[in-house]
Amino acid sequence: MTKSDLPGLTISELQKLLRGREVSPREVLEALHERIETLDPQIDAYLSRDLDAALAAADAADVSLPLGGIPIAVKDAISVERQPCTCASKILRGYRGMFDATAIARLKAAGAIPFGKTNMDEFAMGSSTENSSVKPTRNPWDRARIPGGSSGGSAAAVAAGEAIASLGSDTGGSIRQPAALCGVVGMKPTYGRVSRHGLVAFASSLDQIGPLARTVRDAALLLEVMAGVDPNDSTSLDAPVPAYSAALESNLRGVRLGLPKEYLIAGIDPEVRAAIDTALAHFSSLGAELVDISLPHTDYAIDTYYIIATAEASANLARFDGVRYGYRAENPLDLSDHYGRTRAEGFGAEVKRRIILGTYVLSSGYYDAYYLRAQKVRTLIRQDFARAFEKVDAIISPTTPEPAFLLGERSADPLRMYLADIFTNAANLAGICGISIPCGFAREETENPLPIGLQIMGRALDETRVFQLAHAFEQSTDWHRRRPL
Amino acid sequence: MAATSDYLRKHMPEPSDLDVAYVAQLARLDLTAEETALFQTQLGQVLEHAAKLREVNVEGVEPAAHAFPVFDVLREDEPRPGLTQEEALRHAPRAANGLFIVTRVVE
Repeated sequence: MTKSDLPGLTISELQKLLRGREVSPREVLEALHERIETLDPQIDAYLSRDLDAALAAADAADVSLPLGGIPIAVKDAISVERQPCTCASKILRGYRGMFDATAIARLKAAGAIPFGKTNMDEFAMGSSTENSSVKPTRNPWDRARIPGGSSGGSAAAVAAGEAIASLGSDTGGSIRQPAALCGVVGMKPTYGRVSRHGLVAFASSLDQIGPLARTVRDAALLLEVMAGVDPNDSTSLDAPVPAYSAALESNLRGVRLGLPKEYLIAGIDPEVRAAIDTALAHFSSLGAELVDISLPHTDYAIDTYYIIATAEASANLARFDGVRYGYRAENPLDLSDHYGRTRAEGFGAEVKRRIILGTYVLSSGYYDAYYLRAQKVRTLIRQDFARAFEKVDAIISPTTPEPAFLLGERSADPLRMYLADIFTNAANLAGICGISIPCGFAREETENPLPIGLQIMGRALDETRVFQLAHAFEQSTDWHRRRPL
Repeated sequence: MAATSDYLRKHMPEPSDLDVAYVAQLARLDLTAEETALFQTQLGQVLEHAAKLREVNVEGVEPAAHAFPVFDVLREDEPRPGLTQEEALRHAPRAANGLFIVTRVVE
Protein backbone atom coordinates (compact mmCIF):
# COMPACT_ATOMS: atom_id res chain seq x y z
CA MET A 1 0.00 0.00 0.00
CA THR A 2 1.25 3.46 -0.87
CA LYS A 3 0.30 6.83 0.55
CA SER A 4 -1.97 7.50 -2.43
CA ASP A 5 -4.17 4.54 -1.38
CA LEU A 6 -5.03 6.12 1.99
CA PRO A 7 -7.99 8.26 0.81
CA GLY A 8 -9.73 5.14 -0.54
CA LEU A 9 -9.70 3.28 2.78
CA THR A 10 -12.53 2.89 5.24
CA ILE A 11 -12.53 4.34 8.76
CA SER A 12 -12.01 0.84 10.17
CA GLU A 13 -8.99 0.23 7.91
CA LEU A 14 -7.47 3.62 8.73
CA GLN A 15 -7.98 3.07 12.47
CA LYS A 16 -5.80 -0.06 12.29
CA LEU A 17 -3.02 1.76 10.43
CA LEU A 18 -3.18 4.80 12.70
CA ARG A 19 -3.22 2.79 15.93
CA GLY A 20 -0.41 0.58 14.67
CA ARG A 21 1.58 3.77 13.94
CA GLU A 22 1.95 2.64 10.33
CA VAL A 23 0.71 6.02 9.20
CA SER A 24 0.19 9.32 11.00
CA PRO A 25 -2.97 11.45 10.95
CA ARG A 26 -0.91 14.09 9.10
CA GLU A 27 -0.03 11.61 6.35
CA VAL A 28 -3.69 10.66 5.94
CA LEU A 29 -4.70 14.31 5.63
CA GLU A 30 -1.90 15.12 3.20
CA ALA A 31 -2.83 12.18 1.00
CA LEU A 32 -6.46 13.23 1.09
CA HIS A 33 -5.55 16.81 0.27
CA GLU A 34 -3.50 15.67 -2.71
CA ARG A 35 -6.34 13.50 -4.00
CA ILE A 36 -8.78 16.42 -3.70
CA GLU A 37 -6.39 18.80 -5.46
CA THR A 38 -6.11 16.36 -8.36
CA LEU A 39 -9.72 15.25 -8.66
CA ASP A 40 -11.97 17.95 -7.33
CA PRO A 41 -11.61 20.27 -10.34
CA GLN A 42 -13.58 17.56 -12.20
CA ILE A 43 -16.04 16.67 -9.42
CA ASP A 44 -16.58 19.95 -7.51
CA ALA A 45 -17.59 18.22 -4.30
CA TYR A 46 -16.02 20.82 -1.96
CA LEU A 47 -16.85 24.45 -1.29
CA SER A 48 -14.04 25.13 1.19
CA ARG A 49 -11.19 23.44 3.04
CA ASP A 50 -8.83 24.57 5.75
CA LEU A 51 -5.73 22.39 5.45
CA ASP A 52 -3.65 24.29 8.02
CA ALA A 53 -6.25 23.99 10.78
CA ALA A 54 -6.77 20.33 9.92
CA LEU A 55 -3.04 19.60 9.99
CA ALA A 56 -2.76 21.25 13.39
CA ALA A 57 -5.61 19.05 14.62
CA ALA A 58 -3.97 16.00 13.02
CA ASP A 59 -0.67 16.65 14.80
CA ALA A 60 -2.52 16.87 18.12
CA ALA A 61 -4.79 13.88 17.41
CA ASP A 62 -5.06 11.04 19.92
CA VAL A 63 -5.42 7.94 17.74
CA SER A 64 -6.62 5.86 20.68
CA LEU A 65 -9.93 7.78 20.65
CA PRO A 66 -12.89 6.17 18.81
CA LEU A 67 -12.33 8.31 15.69
CA GLY A 68 -8.85 9.59 16.49
CA GLY A 69 -7.23 11.24 13.47
CA ILE A 70 -10.06 10.42 11.03
CA PRO A 71 -10.87 13.33 8.66
CA ILE A 72 -14.59 13.93 8.01
CA ALA A 73 -16.11 16.10 5.26
CA VAL A 74 -19.09 18.18 6.36
CA LYS A 75 -22.10 19.44 4.44
CA ASP A 76 -22.03 23.23 4.26
CA ALA A 77 -25.32 23.43 6.22
CA ILE A 78 -23.63 22.23 9.44
CA SER A 79 -21.75 24.74 11.58
CA VAL A 80 -18.07 24.13 12.30
CA GLU A 81 -16.42 26.84 14.36
CA ARG A 82 -14.38 29.27 12.22
CA GLN A 83 -15.08 27.37 8.98
CA PRO A 84 -17.31 28.85 6.25
CA CYS A 85 -20.98 27.89 6.57
CA THR A 86 -22.90 29.19 3.56
CA CYS A 87 -25.47 26.52 2.66
CA ALA A 88 -24.15 27.15 -0.88
CA SER A 89 -26.20 30.37 -0.86
CA LYS A 90 -25.18 33.85 -1.93
CA ILE A 91 -27.09 35.23 1.06
CA LEU A 92 -24.57 33.57 3.43
CA ARG A 93 -21.41 34.19 1.40
CA GLY A 94 -18.57 35.02 3.78
CA TYR A 95 -20.35 33.65 6.85
CA ARG A 96 -18.30 31.46 9.19
CA GLY A 97 -19.53 29.17 11.93
CA MET A 98 -19.60 30.86 15.36
CA PHE A 99 -19.69 27.52 17.19
CA ASP A 100 -19.56 23.77 16.60
CA ALA A 101 -22.83 22.00 15.89
CA THR A 102 -23.45 19.38 18.61
CA ALA A 103 -22.76 16.59 16.09
CA ILE A 104 -19.43 18.26 15.22
CA ALA A 105 -18.48 18.84 18.86
CA ARG A 106 -19.08 15.14 19.57
CA LEU A 107 -17.07 14.04 16.54
CA LYS A 108 -14.19 16.32 17.58
CA ALA A 109 -14.34 14.98 21.15
CA ALA A 110 -14.03 11.48 19.63
CA GLY A 111 -10.89 12.58 17.79
CA ALA A 112 -12.32 13.17 14.30
CA ILE A 113 -11.09 16.09 12.19
CA PRO A 114 -13.81 18.02 10.32
CA PHE A 115 -11.99 18.69 7.08
CA GLY A 116 -13.74 20.78 4.47
CA LYS A 117 -17.30 21.81 3.69
CA THR A 118 -19.14 20.10 0.86
CA ASN A 119 -21.38 21.43 -1.88
CA MET A 120 -25.15 21.13 -1.66
CA ASP A 121 -28.37 22.42 -3.12
CA GLU A 122 -28.89 25.91 -1.71
CA PHE A 123 -30.36 25.57 1.82
CA ALA A 124 -30.71 21.81 1.10
CA MET A 125 -33.53 22.49 -1.37
CA GLY A 126 -33.07 20.16 -4.28
CA SER A 127 -32.35 16.63 -5.43
CA SER A 128 -29.39 17.19 -7.74
CA THR A 129 -26.97 19.74 -6.18
CA GLU A 130 -27.59 21.88 -9.28
CA ASN A 131 -29.25 24.48 -7.03
CA SER A 132 -25.90 25.41 -5.44
CA SER A 133 -25.24 29.12 -6.00
CA VAL A 134 -21.55 28.28 -6.45
CA LYS A 135 -21.34 25.34 -8.87
CA PRO A 136 -22.96 22.00 -9.64
CA THR A 137 -21.26 18.83 -8.31
CA ARG A 138 -20.71 15.99 -10.77
CA ASN A 139 -21.36 12.30 -10.26
CA PRO A 140 -17.99 10.47 -10.03
CA TRP A 141 -19.47 7.52 -11.98
CA ASP A 142 -20.42 9.73 -14.93
CA ARG A 143 -19.49 13.38 -14.85
CA ALA A 144 -22.32 14.30 -17.23
CA ARG A 145 -24.74 13.28 -14.48
CA ILE A 146 -25.90 14.71 -11.18
CA PRO A 147 -24.71 13.19 -7.88
CA GLY A 148 -28.17 13.54 -6.33
CA GLY A 149 -28.94 16.01 -3.60
CA SER A 150 -29.14 17.89 -1.54
CA SER A 151 -26.04 16.35 0.14
CA GLY A 152 -24.50 15.78 -3.32
CA GLY A 153 -21.04 17.07 -2.41
CA SER A 154 -20.85 14.79 0.63
CA ALA A 155 -21.88 11.71 -1.42
CA ALA A 156 -19.64 12.50 -4.40
CA ALA A 157 -16.63 13.15 -2.12
CA VAL A 158 -16.94 9.71 -0.48
CA ALA A 159 -17.55 7.96 -3.83
CA ALA A 160 -14.57 9.68 -5.49
CA GLY A 161 -12.16 8.94 -2.64
CA GLU A 162 -12.05 12.65 -1.81
CA ALA A 163 -13.33 11.92 1.71
CA ILE A 164 -13.12 8.94 4.04
CA ALA A 165 -16.66 9.66 5.24
CA SER A 166 -18.90 12.69 5.44
CA LEU A 167 -21.91 14.26 7.08
CA GLY A 168 -25.13 15.18 5.32
CA SER A 169 -28.59 16.27 6.33
CA ASP A 170 -31.81 14.59 5.25
CA THR A 171 -35.16 16.40 5.14
CA GLY A 172 -36.85 14.31 2.44
CA GLY A 173 -34.07 12.01 1.24
CA SER A 174 -31.07 14.35 1.03
CA ILE A 175 -28.66 11.77 2.51
CA ARG A 176 -30.15 8.54 1.11
CA GLN A 177 -30.86 9.73 -2.45
CA PRO A 178 -27.33 11.05 -3.23
CA ALA A 179 -25.82 8.03 -1.43
CA ALA A 180 -27.82 5.78 -3.78
CA LEU A 181 -26.89 7.70 -6.91
CA CYS A 182 -23.17 7.80 -5.97
CA GLY A 183 -22.96 4.17 -4.75
CA VAL A 184 -22.17 4.82 -1.08
CA VAL A 185 -23.86 4.16 2.27
CA GLY A 186 -26.11 6.92 3.63
CA MET A 187 -28.04 6.78 6.91
CA LYS A 188 -30.93 9.01 7.95
CA PRO A 189 -31.38 8.44 11.66
CA THR A 190 -34.70 8.56 13.50
CA TYR A 191 -35.97 12.13 13.92
CA GLY A 192 -34.41 13.41 17.16
CA ARG A 193 -31.64 10.79 17.26
CA VAL A 194 -28.97 13.38 16.39
CA SER A 195 -29.19 16.94 17.71
CA ARG A 196 -30.06 19.57 15.10
CA HIS A 197 -28.24 22.27 17.07
CA GLY A 198 -25.91 23.90 14.55
CA LEU A 199 -27.69 22.56 11.47
CA VAL A 200 -29.07 25.47 9.45
CA ALA A 201 -32.83 24.87 9.57
CA PHE A 202 -34.75 23.98 6.41
CA ALA A 203 -37.84 22.12 7.72
CA SER A 204 -37.45 21.71 11.46
CA SER A 205 -39.91 18.84 11.92
CA LEU A 206 -38.16 16.76 9.23
CA ASP A 207 -34.42 17.63 9.27
CA GLN A 208 -31.85 15.11 10.56
CA ILE A 209 -28.06 15.00 10.38
CA GLY A 210 -26.57 11.65 9.36
CA PRO A 211 -23.43 9.95 8.01
CA LEU A 212 -22.33 8.99 4.48
CA ALA A 213 -19.59 6.37 4.25
CA ARG A 214 -18.11 3.51 2.24
CA THR A 215 -19.35 0.79 4.55
CA VAL A 216 -22.21 0.20 6.95
CA ARG A 217 -19.68 -0.22 9.76
CA ASP A 218 -18.25 3.25 9.10
CA ALA A 219 -21.72 4.80 9.13
CA ALA A 220 -22.43 3.03 12.44
CA LEU A 221 -19.14 4.29 13.92
CA LEU A 222 -20.09 7.89 13.08
CA LEU A 223 -23.69 7.67 14.24
CA GLU A 224 -22.88 6.17 17.64
CA VAL A 225 -20.62 9.16 18.31
CA MET A 226 -23.08 11.83 17.10
CA ALA A 227 -26.34 10.47 18.51
CA GLY A 228 -27.92 11.31 21.85
CA VAL A 229 -29.97 13.85 23.69
CA ASP A 230 -28.80 17.48 23.69
CA PRO A 231 -30.09 20.30 25.92
CA ASN A 232 -29.66 22.63 22.92
CA ASP A 233 -32.26 20.75 20.85
CA SER A 234 -35.58 20.18 22.60
CA THR A 235 -36.61 17.67 19.92
CA SER A 236 -33.56 15.44 20.49
CA LEU A 237 -34.63 12.11 21.96
CA ASP A 238 -33.59 11.11 25.46
CA ALA A 239 -32.96 7.46 24.65
CA PRO A 240 -29.80 5.41 25.23
CA VAL A 241 -27.42 5.22 22.28
CA PRO A 242 -26.50 1.62 21.44
CA ALA A 243 -22.96 0.77 20.30
CA TYR A 244 -24.17 0.18 16.75
CA SER A 245 -20.79 -0.88 15.39
CA ALA A 246 -20.44 -3.61 18.04
CA ALA A 247 -23.86 -5.07 17.19
CA LEU A 248 -23.54 -5.44 13.41
CA GLU A 249 -23.27 -9.21 13.24
CA SER A 250 -26.64 -10.90 13.40
CA ASN A 251 -28.55 -13.90 12.17
CA LEU A 252 -31.28 -12.91 9.72
CA ARG A 253 -33.21 -16.15 10.20
CA GLY A 254 -36.79 -15.28 10.95
CA VAL A 255 -36.35 -11.52 10.44
CA ARG A 256 -39.44 -10.27 8.61
CA LEU A 257 -38.88 -7.87 5.71
CA GLY A 258 -41.75 -5.98 4.13
CA LEU A 259 -42.01 -4.92 0.52
CA PRO A 260 -44.71 -2.26 0.19
CA LYS A 261 -46.77 -3.02 -2.89
CA GLU A 262 -47.34 0.71 -3.47
CA TYR A 263 -43.62 1.21 -4.12
CA LEU A 264 -43.66 -0.93 -7.25
CA ILE A 265 -45.06 1.87 -9.32
CA ALA A 266 -45.10 2.26 -13.06
CA GLY A 267 -42.19 4.45 -14.11
CA ILE A 268 -39.63 2.68 -11.93
CA ASP A 269 -36.56 1.95 -14.02
CA PRO A 270 -36.48 -1.75 -15.08
CA GLU A 271 -32.84 -2.16 -13.99
CA VAL A 272 -33.65 -0.64 -10.58
CA ARG A 273 -36.62 -3.00 -10.26
CA ALA A 274 -34.47 -5.99 -11.21
CA ALA A 275 -31.77 -5.02 -8.68
CA ILE A 276 -34.34 -4.76 -5.89
CA ASP A 277 -35.84 -8.14 -6.80
CA THR A 278 -32.36 -9.68 -6.70
CA ALA A 279 -31.69 -8.01 -3.34
CA LEU A 280 -34.91 -9.41 -1.90
CA ALA A 281 -34.02 -12.90 -3.10
CA HIS A 282 -30.62 -12.42 -1.50
CA PHE A 283 -32.17 -11.46 1.84
CA SER A 284 -34.38 -14.51 1.54
CA SER A 285 -31.30 -16.71 0.99
CA LEU A 286 -29.80 -15.20 4.16
CA GLY A 287 -32.81 -16.48 6.09
CA ALA A 288 -35.10 -13.45 6.15
CA GLU A 289 -38.80 -13.88 5.63
CA LEU A 290 -40.36 -11.69 2.91
CA VAL A 291 -43.80 -10.33 3.69
CA ASP A 292 -46.06 -8.33 1.36
CA ILE A 293 -47.23 -5.18 3.09
CA SER A 294 -49.25 -2.13 2.22
CA LEU A 295 -48.59 1.53 2.99
CA PRO A 296 -51.93 2.80 1.66
CA HIS A 297 -51.11 6.53 1.77
CA THR A 298 -47.82 6.25 -0.14
CA ASP A 299 -49.27 8.08 -3.11
CA TYR A 300 -49.91 11.16 -0.97
CA ALA A 301 -46.48 11.41 0.65
CA ILE A 302 -44.81 13.60 -1.95
CA ASP A 303 -47.54 16.29 -1.91
CA THR A 304 -47.77 16.15 1.89
CA TYR A 305 -44.02 16.52 2.09
CA TYR A 306 -43.74 19.51 -0.25
CA ILE A 307 -46.51 21.38 1.56
CA ILE A 308 -45.09 20.80 5.06
CA ALA A 309 -41.43 21.26 4.09
CA THR A 310 -42.00 24.51 2.18
CA ALA A 311 -44.28 25.89 4.92
CA GLU A 312 -41.59 25.31 7.54
CA ALA A 313 -38.90 26.63 5.19
CA SER A 314 -40.78 29.87 4.54
CA ALA A 315 -40.82 30.52 8.29
CA ASN A 316 -37.22 29.41 8.88
CA LEU A 317 -35.84 31.51 6.02
CA ALA A 318 -37.56 34.67 7.32
CA ARG A 319 -34.41 35.18 9.43
CA PHE A 320 -32.42 36.12 6.33
CA ASP A 321 -33.23 39.81 6.43
CA GLY A 322 -29.84 41.43 5.80
CA VAL A 323 -29.63 42.95 9.28
CA ARG A 324 -27.49 40.83 11.62
CA TYR A 325 -25.54 38.72 9.11
CA GLY A 326 -25.53 37.75 5.49
CA TYR A 327 -25.99 39.64 2.27
CA ARG A 328 -27.67 43.07 2.22
CA ALA A 329 -28.85 44.88 -0.95
CA GLU A 330 -27.08 48.17 -1.73
CA ASN A 331 -28.73 51.55 -1.09
CA PRO A 332 -32.21 50.49 0.02
CA LEU A 333 -34.89 53.19 -0.34
CA ASP A 334 -36.75 52.06 2.75
CA LEU A 335 -37.15 48.97 4.93
CA SER A 336 -39.55 47.25 2.54
CA ASP A 337 -37.09 47.75 -0.34
CA HIS A 338 -34.28 46.54 1.97
CA TYR A 339 -36.05 43.24 2.71
CA GLY A 340 -37.48 42.71 -0.75
CA ARG A 341 -34.24 43.27 -2.66
CA THR A 342 -31.92 41.65 -0.09
CA ARG A 343 -33.91 38.44 -0.38
CA ALA A 344 -34.41 38.75 -4.15
CA GLU A 345 -30.67 39.21 -4.73
CA GLY A 346 -29.52 36.76 -2.04
CA PHE A 347 -31.70 33.69 -2.73
CA GLY A 348 -31.61 31.47 -5.82
CA ALA A 349 -34.61 30.42 -7.91
CA GLU A 350 -35.49 27.17 -6.11
CA VAL A 351 -35.34 28.78 -2.68
CA LYS A 352 -37.60 31.60 -3.89
CA ARG A 353 -40.01 29.09 -5.40
CA ARG A 354 -40.26 27.22 -2.11
CA ILE A 355 -40.63 30.39 -0.03
CA ILE A 356 -43.57 31.38 -2.26
CA LEU A 357 -45.21 27.94 -2.01
CA GLY A 358 -44.64 27.76 1.74
CA THR A 359 -45.95 31.27 2.35
CA TYR A 360 -49.00 30.49 0.23
CA VAL A 361 -49.97 27.25 2.00
CA LEU A 362 -49.74 29.06 5.35
CA SER A 363 -51.61 32.18 4.22
CA SER A 364 -55.09 33.17 5.34
CA GLY A 365 -57.75 31.28 3.41
CA TYR A 366 -55.39 28.49 2.33
CA TYR A 367 -53.95 27.23 5.63
CA ASP A 368 -56.75 24.72 6.29
CA ALA A 369 -56.93 23.45 2.73
CA TYR A 370 -53.21 22.88 2.33
CA TYR A 371 -51.08 23.00 5.48
CA LEU A 372 -53.56 21.65 8.02
CA ARG A 373 -54.77 18.97 5.59
CA ALA A 374 -51.16 17.94 4.88
CA GLN A 375 -50.51 17.63 8.64
CA LYS A 376 -53.51 15.32 8.92
CA VAL A 377 -52.34 13.20 6.01
CA ARG A 378 -48.97 13.08 7.76
CA THR A 379 -50.72 11.40 10.70
CA LEU A 380 -52.19 8.82 8.32
CA ILE A 381 -48.75 8.17 6.79
CA ARG A 382 -47.29 7.66 10.28
CA GLN A 383 -50.11 5.24 11.06
CA ASP A 384 -49.39 3.31 7.83
CA PHE A 385 -45.85 2.68 9.05
CA ALA A 386 -46.97 1.84 12.58
CA ARG A 387 -49.31 -0.84 11.19
CA ALA A 388 -46.68 -2.19 8.80
CA PHE A 389 -44.15 -2.49 11.62
CA GLU A 390 -46.59 -4.72 13.50
CA LYS A 391 -46.10 -7.26 10.69
CA VAL A 392 -42.45 -6.72 9.75
CA ASP A 393 -39.11 -5.75 11.30
CA ALA A 394 -37.94 -3.56 8.42
CA ILE A 395 -39.20 -2.28 5.09
CA ILE A 396 -37.28 -2.68 1.83
CA SER A 397 -37.62 -0.47 -1.24
CA PRO A 398 -35.55 1.13 -3.96
CA THR A 399 -34.00 4.39 -2.68
CA THR A 400 -34.79 6.15 -5.97
CA PRO A 401 -37.00 5.22 -8.93
CA GLU A 402 -34.12 5.73 -11.39
CA PRO A 403 -30.32 5.96 -11.47
CA ALA A 404 -28.64 9.39 -11.73
CA PHE A 405 -30.06 11.67 -14.39
CA LEU A 406 -28.15 14.10 -16.64
CA LEU A 407 -27.14 17.56 -15.46
CA GLY A 408 -29.72 20.07 -16.65
CA GLU A 409 -32.26 17.38 -17.50
CA ARG A 410 -34.79 18.44 -14.89
CA SER A 411 -33.80 21.91 -13.77
CA ALA A 412 -36.63 23.51 -15.77
CA ASP A 413 -39.26 21.14 -14.36
CA PRO A 414 -39.52 21.44 -10.56
CA LEU A 415 -42.40 18.98 -10.28
CA ARG A 416 -40.40 16.25 -12.00
CA MET A 417 -37.41 17.07 -9.80
CA TYR A 418 -39.61 16.74 -6.70
CA LEU A 419 -40.62 13.21 -7.77
CA ALA A 420 -36.97 12.09 -7.35
CA ASP A 421 -37.72 11.88 -3.59
CA ILE A 422 -40.79 9.69 -3.99
CA PHE A 423 -39.41 6.71 -2.02
CA THR A 424 -37.52 8.63 0.64
CA ASN A 425 -39.69 11.41 2.00
CA ALA A 426 -42.26 9.22 3.77
CA ALA A 427 -39.57 8.19 6.29
CA ASN A 428 -39.06 11.85 7.21
CA LEU A 429 -42.80 12.43 7.57
CA ALA A 430 -43.06 9.37 9.83
CA GLY A 431 -39.83 10.22 11.70
CA ILE A 432 -38.42 6.70 11.26
CA CYS A 433 -34.86 5.75 10.28
CA GLY A 434 -33.66 4.60 6.87
CA ILE A 435 -30.45 3.68 5.13
CA SER A 436 -29.40 3.45 1.49
CA ILE A 437 -26.75 0.90 0.52
CA PRO A 438 -25.35 -0.09 -2.91
CA CYS A 439 -27.24 -3.03 -4.42
CA GLY A 440 -26.29 -3.10 -8.10
CA PHE A 441 -25.59 -1.13 -11.23
CA ALA A 442 -27.58 0.06 -14.21
CA ARG A 443 -26.05 0.45 -17.69
CA GLU A 444 -23.43 -2.23 -17.02
CA GLU A 445 -22.90 -2.56 -20.79
CA THR A 446 -21.76 1.09 -21.07
CA GLU A 447 -18.53 2.81 -20.04
CA ASN A 448 -20.32 4.50 -17.17
CA PRO A 449 -22.34 2.04 -15.09
CA LEU A 450 -24.57 3.84 -12.58
CA PRO A 451 -25.07 2.70 -8.97
CA ILE A 452 -28.47 1.60 -7.66
CA GLY A 453 -29.44 2.06 -4.02
CA LEU A 454 -31.44 -0.21 -1.74
CA GLN A 455 -33.39 1.47 1.04
CA ILE A 456 -33.99 -0.26 4.36
CA MET A 457 -36.37 1.56 6.69
CA GLY A 458 -36.73 0.65 10.35
CA ARG A 459 -38.88 1.52 13.33
CA ALA A 460 -38.16 4.71 15.26
CA LEU A 461 -34.92 4.23 17.23
CA ASP A 462 -34.32 0.81 15.65
CA GLU A 463 -31.11 1.85 13.88
CA THR A 464 -29.46 -1.28 15.26
CA ARG A 465 -31.72 -3.54 13.19
CA VAL A 466 -31.32 -1.42 10.06
CA PHE A 467 -27.54 -1.47 10.39
CA GLN A 468 -27.58 -5.26 10.95
CA LEU A 469 -29.62 -5.90 7.81
CA ALA A 470 -27.52 -3.51 5.75
CA HIS A 471 -24.29 -5.04 7.08
CA ALA A 472 -25.44 -8.60 6.35
CA PHE A 473 -26.33 -7.62 2.78
CA GLU A 474 -23.07 -5.71 2.29
CA GLN A 475 -20.84 -8.45 3.70
CA SER A 476 -22.35 -11.02 1.34
CA THR A 477 -22.21 -8.84 -1.81
CA ASP A 478 -19.47 -6.91 -3.62
CA TRP A 479 -21.31 -3.80 -4.79
CA HIS A 480 -19.70 -1.55 -2.18
CA ARG A 481 -16.20 -2.52 -3.29
CA ARG A 482 -16.55 -1.02 -6.76
CA ARG A 483 -15.08 2.46 -7.16
CA PRO A 484 -15.62 4.93 -9.98
CA LEU A 485 -12.13 6.49 -10.13
CA MET B 1 -68.03 9.60 0.12
CA ALA B 2 -69.52 11.12 -3.06
CA ALA B 3 -71.28 13.78 -0.99
CA THR B 4 -68.01 14.63 0.75
CA SER B 5 -66.25 15.05 -2.61
CA ASP B 6 -68.99 17.42 -3.84
CA TYR B 7 -68.67 19.47 -0.68
CA LEU B 8 -64.90 19.66 -1.00
CA ARG B 9 -65.05 20.67 -4.65
CA LYS B 10 -67.23 23.65 -3.72
CA HIS B 11 -65.24 24.74 -0.70
CA MET B 12 -61.65 23.89 -1.50
CA PRO B 13 -59.39 26.54 -3.02
CA GLU B 14 -58.38 25.86 -6.61
CA PRO B 15 -54.75 25.68 -7.73
CA SER B 16 -55.60 28.63 -10.00
CA ASP B 17 -56.24 30.78 -6.88
CA LEU B 18 -52.48 31.19 -6.43
CA ASP B 19 -51.42 34.81 -6.96
CA VAL B 20 -47.62 34.72 -6.94
CA ALA B 21 -47.22 38.51 -7.02
CA TYR B 22 -49.35 38.90 -3.89
CA VAL B 23 -47.67 36.04 -2.02
CA ALA B 24 -44.26 37.51 -2.87
CA GLN B 25 -45.26 40.68 -1.02
CA LEU B 26 -46.25 38.62 2.01
CA ALA B 27 -42.84 36.91 1.87
CA ARG B 28 -40.92 40.22 1.50
CA LEU B 29 -39.37 38.85 -1.66
CA ASP B 30 -39.16 41.03 -4.79
CA LEU B 31 -39.70 38.95 -7.91
CA THR B 32 -39.09 40.05 -11.50
CA ALA B 33 -41.96 39.87 -13.97
CA GLU B 34 -40.33 36.80 -15.53
CA GLU B 35 -39.94 35.02 -12.17
CA THR B 36 -43.54 35.82 -11.26
CA ALA B 37 -44.85 34.36 -14.52
CA LEU B 38 -42.57 31.31 -14.32
CA PHE B 39 -43.45 30.51 -10.68
CA GLN B 40 -47.14 31.03 -11.46
CA THR B 41 -46.93 28.23 -14.04
CA GLN B 42 -44.56 25.92 -12.12
CA LEU B 43 -46.23 26.22 -8.73
CA GLY B 44 -49.62 25.93 -10.41
CA GLN B 45 -48.48 22.49 -11.60
CA VAL B 46 -47.23 21.58 -8.11
CA LEU B 47 -50.61 22.61 -6.63
CA GLU B 48 -52.48 20.66 -9.35
CA HIS B 49 -50.49 17.61 -8.25
CA ALA B 50 -51.20 18.39 -4.58
CA ALA B 51 -54.94 18.63 -5.29
CA LYS B 52 -54.80 14.85 -4.94
CA LEU B 53 -54.76 15.34 -1.15
CA ARG B 54 -58.46 16.26 -1.38
CA GLU B 55 -59.23 12.59 -2.01
CA VAL B 56 -58.03 11.63 1.46
CA ASN B 57 -60.66 11.28 4.14
CA VAL B 58 -59.13 13.19 7.05
CA GLU B 59 -62.30 13.45 9.11
CA GLY B 60 -61.44 13.06 12.78
CA VAL B 61 -57.70 12.77 12.07
CA GLU B 62 -55.42 14.78 14.36
CA PRO B 63 -52.80 16.90 12.56
CA ALA B 64 -49.14 15.93 13.15
CA ALA B 65 -46.88 18.93 13.64
CA HIS B 66 -43.94 16.70 14.56
CA ALA B 67 -42.85 13.13 13.98
CA PHE B 68 -43.11 12.37 17.70
CA PRO B 69 -45.04 14.42 20.21
CA VAL B 70 -42.47 15.78 22.66
CA PHE B 71 -43.85 18.31 25.13
CA ASP B 72 -42.48 20.85 27.58
CA VAL B 73 -38.81 20.11 27.21
CA LEU B 74 -37.02 22.70 29.31
CA ARG B 75 -33.41 22.97 30.32
CA GLU B 76 -32.08 24.56 33.47
CA ASP B 77 -32.04 28.34 33.19
CA GLU B 78 -28.39 28.77 34.07
CA PRO B 79 -26.05 31.47 32.82
CA ARG B 80 -23.48 30.18 30.35
CA PRO B 81 -20.98 31.75 27.99
CA GLY B 82 -22.43 33.36 24.87
CA LEU B 83 -21.17 35.54 22.04
CA THR B 84 -19.29 38.70 22.90
CA GLN B 85 -20.59 41.96 21.41
CA GLU B 86 -17.75 41.89 18.91
CA GLU B 87 -18.53 38.31 17.89
CA ALA B 88 -22.24 39.04 17.53
CA LEU B 89 -21.45 41.92 15.17
CA ARG B 90 -18.79 40.03 13.21
CA HIS B 91 -21.04 39.21 10.25
CA ALA B 92 -23.21 42.34 10.31
CA PRO B 93 -23.54 43.95 6.85
CA ARG B 94 -23.30 47.32 8.65
CA ALA B 95 -22.32 48.02 12.24
CA ALA B 96 -21.08 51.02 14.20
CA ASN B 97 -20.49 51.85 17.87
CA GLY B 98 -21.27 48.30 18.89
CA LEU B 99 -24.66 48.38 17.15
CA PHE B 100 -26.29 46.89 14.05
CA ILE B 101 -27.04 49.65 11.57
CA VAL B 102 -30.44 49.07 9.97
CA THR B 103 -32.23 50.79 7.14
CA ARG B 104 -34.19 53.83 8.27
CA VAL B 105 -37.69 52.91 9.48
CA VAL B 106 -39.11 56.41 10.16
CA GLU B 107 -39.47 59.34 7.79
